[in-house]
Amino acid sequence: MSDIILKAENISKQYRLGTVGTGTLRDDFKRNWAKLRGKEDPFLKVGAINDRSQKSTEDYVWALQDINFEVKQGEVLGIIGKNGAGKSTLLKILSRVTAPSTGIIKSRGRIASLLEVGTGFHHELTGRENIYLNGAILGMQKAEITRKLDEVIAFSGCERYIDTPTKRYSSGMTVRLAFAVAAHLEPEILVVDEVLAVGDAEFQKKAIGKMQDISQGEGRTVLFVSHNMESVRNLCTRGLLLENGTSIFDGKVDDTVGHYLSLGIQKNASERISISDFERSGTGLVKIASVRFLNGGHYQKPTTGKALDICFQLESAIDYQIKDVRLDFRIDDITGNRLLWFSTKMQAEEASSNTTNTIVFSLDKLPLNSGSYWVTTHLTYKGAVADWAKHAFQFDVAEGFFYKGFKEVVSSQSKILVDYKVSYDV
Amino acid sequence: MEEQEEWLYEINAKQPLLAIDFKEIWRYKDLLILFVRRDIISAYKQTILGPLWYLIQPLFTGVIFTLVFNNIASISTGGAPPFLFNLAGITMWSYFAQCLNNTSNTFASNASLFAKVYFPRIITPMSQAISALFKLSIQLLIFACFYGYCVLNGYALHPDITLWLFPLVLGILAVLGLGLGMLISSLTTKYRDFRILIGFATTLLMYVSAVMYPIAEVQNSKTLSEYAWLIELNPIAILIEAFRYMTLQEGIFNWVLLGYCGVLSLVVFFVGLIVFNRTGRNFIDTI
Repeated sequence: MSDIILKAENISKQYRLGTVGTGTLRDDFKRNWAKLRGKEDPFLKVGAINDRSQKSTEDYVWALQDINFEVKQGEVLGIIGKNGAGKSTLLKILSRVTAPSTGIIKSRGRIASLLEVGTGFHHELTGRENIYLNGAILGMQKAEITRKLDEVIAFSGCERYIDTPTKRYSSGMTVRLAFAVAAHLEPEILVVDEVLAVGDAEFQKKAIGKMQDISQGEGRTVLFVSHNMESVRNLCTRGLLLENGTSIFDGKVDDTVGHYLSLGIQKNASERISISDFERSGTGLVKIASVRFLNGGHYQKPTTGKALDICFQLESAIDYQIKDVRLDFRIDDITGNRLLWFSTKMQAEEASSNTTNTIVFSLDKLPLNSGSYWVTTHLTYKGAVADWAKHAFQFDVAEGFFYKGFKEVVSSQSKILVDYKVSYDV
Repeated sequence: MEEQEEWLYEINAKQPLLAIDFKEIWRYKDLLILFVRRDIISAYKQTILGPLWYLIQPLFTGVIFTLVFNNIASISTGGAPPFLFNLAGITMWSYFAQCLNNTSNTFASNASLFAKVYFPRIITPMSQAISALFKLSIQLLIFACFYGYCVLNGYALHPDITLWLFPLVLGILAVLGLGLGMLISSLTTKYRDFRILIGFATTLLMYVSAVMYPIAEVQNSKTLSEYAWLIELNPIAILIEAFRYMTLQEGIFNWVLLGYCGVLSLVVFFVGLIVFNRTGRNFIDTI
């Protein structure tokens, strides 16, 4: 079992809620002053997000509880979970920024973290000086840095500014430089937390490529935390899913991501889907009561390439005419990319009946590939927003055949499918 | 259990009282050097006079002290020239004060760094003590210059044989400053009161540390002689006096007192170190 490089046993971290280290009168004044102005408590930090409380009568919360896992040499472990699930706390403990309340972590290699980039950058120092400083903070020897200096500078793409103090850098350049240093240091275990959120597309590609090189080519171990399921899928070999401070799934990355996407979201196995009130606004004069997926009058599970009727059932306390109602809805993928938009106003045909309270959108072939999708609905009555629900509901599309007789298109290639013809003669 | 040996390190919830990994600190020696460099370079960045400020500060303080304490308040400095007497006190004092002030800010001013990366926290206070040494050496140079000037102008000054103990005196001073600083910086993470306290406490401490007067003056004073023990037992006063004895033959040099200083400093240092180490593990949760 010598290929296990990192081992966590029963890691727990407990935080005290409320008065975290604000024992002084001065801070209490500050807090009350902030409250008075209607701002959020500046001292309400760690732990408050995670409302899971082991001993509910006491002021303690477990940010992490009994986390056990092992990481093998060369593995890229994606740690995923919702906000406040404990991902960052776990990384903090792993990178030794804070100590666990219980448990033990054993490691065979140096851990270097990229918790946030630009750690230890002193903005009065030049880029070159900062490479040395940053490298040393991350645990490199001076000679090691000198050896790689040119490579680091080239990777960062900041040659021109390398002898300028970093306070003159744009934030993107700082990130580039910082990532370049971190990517070239040679820890046995690299910890990355959402760094790729900054930097332009070209650099992100470079960074992801570098991380793949690090893990595959050089056999180094990477722990990667992100909310971007695409990059987790692309980069990681294994996934660890956290929820409320406990690890609930540990396995292949695709399974873990799938598990994550289904977390806490009500599934529409039942025929009627109700609209989430979470981000719902409007006058409420006319509202969507429920949504159904039908085919020929019966429940139809949304399937790629199959016919689907999406039926919106309206409800209202007033007498309304359906011609005064306009209904729009949009389908987004799970990462929030807007894919399809539907509207009653795109149709020339006017409502023939005034008594109906059902609006049906019919698709001959569902052009969505398998996966999870969000729907946002927007309903206006006489021009005023009556019912607007962002992330109204989520639904899954089952695998199916869009193109006759052909194999399905993998979901990672395309979310949307269209009919087309291939010709060989002009 | 035989696997246990292979791990490079362990992060354990429980930790022995004084767990210092010297090997690890050695691995980070380059960081120590870079921190010292950073402190020295960045201190006077974007100033015109740059490191000249290291000269100007003690010179002006020395002049003012001489004017106020020796010319107006007419405190006797024995046979030594008053300006040189004050300069000796200021040089030693400012080294101690710099060690203390900078280390006492360790956690507060490095919070954003400590929150993200791990390195042995002790590196930071160590680098402070070393970069303070740079300032000290410049000030010692000025002291030496004025010393030479006074000798040329007919003052009967010559260094005492005990001058070879100067590194020891300096070492004790540094250890004391570091120890106190680490203790205070650990307390500051929870109770910010200490940061405010340290601001004026150092100024007050200077007045009971025999910086601008000899201890003998207090002992001979009619009104203050009963409080003289306060200054006699103040390790900083003892060390400053010892330095003046080495260079100016003014002051007290006593092996017992020096031993007392050494022991006290070491105790303070180790208490500070233990508290610092314990705080360093979790301070990010409380600061």
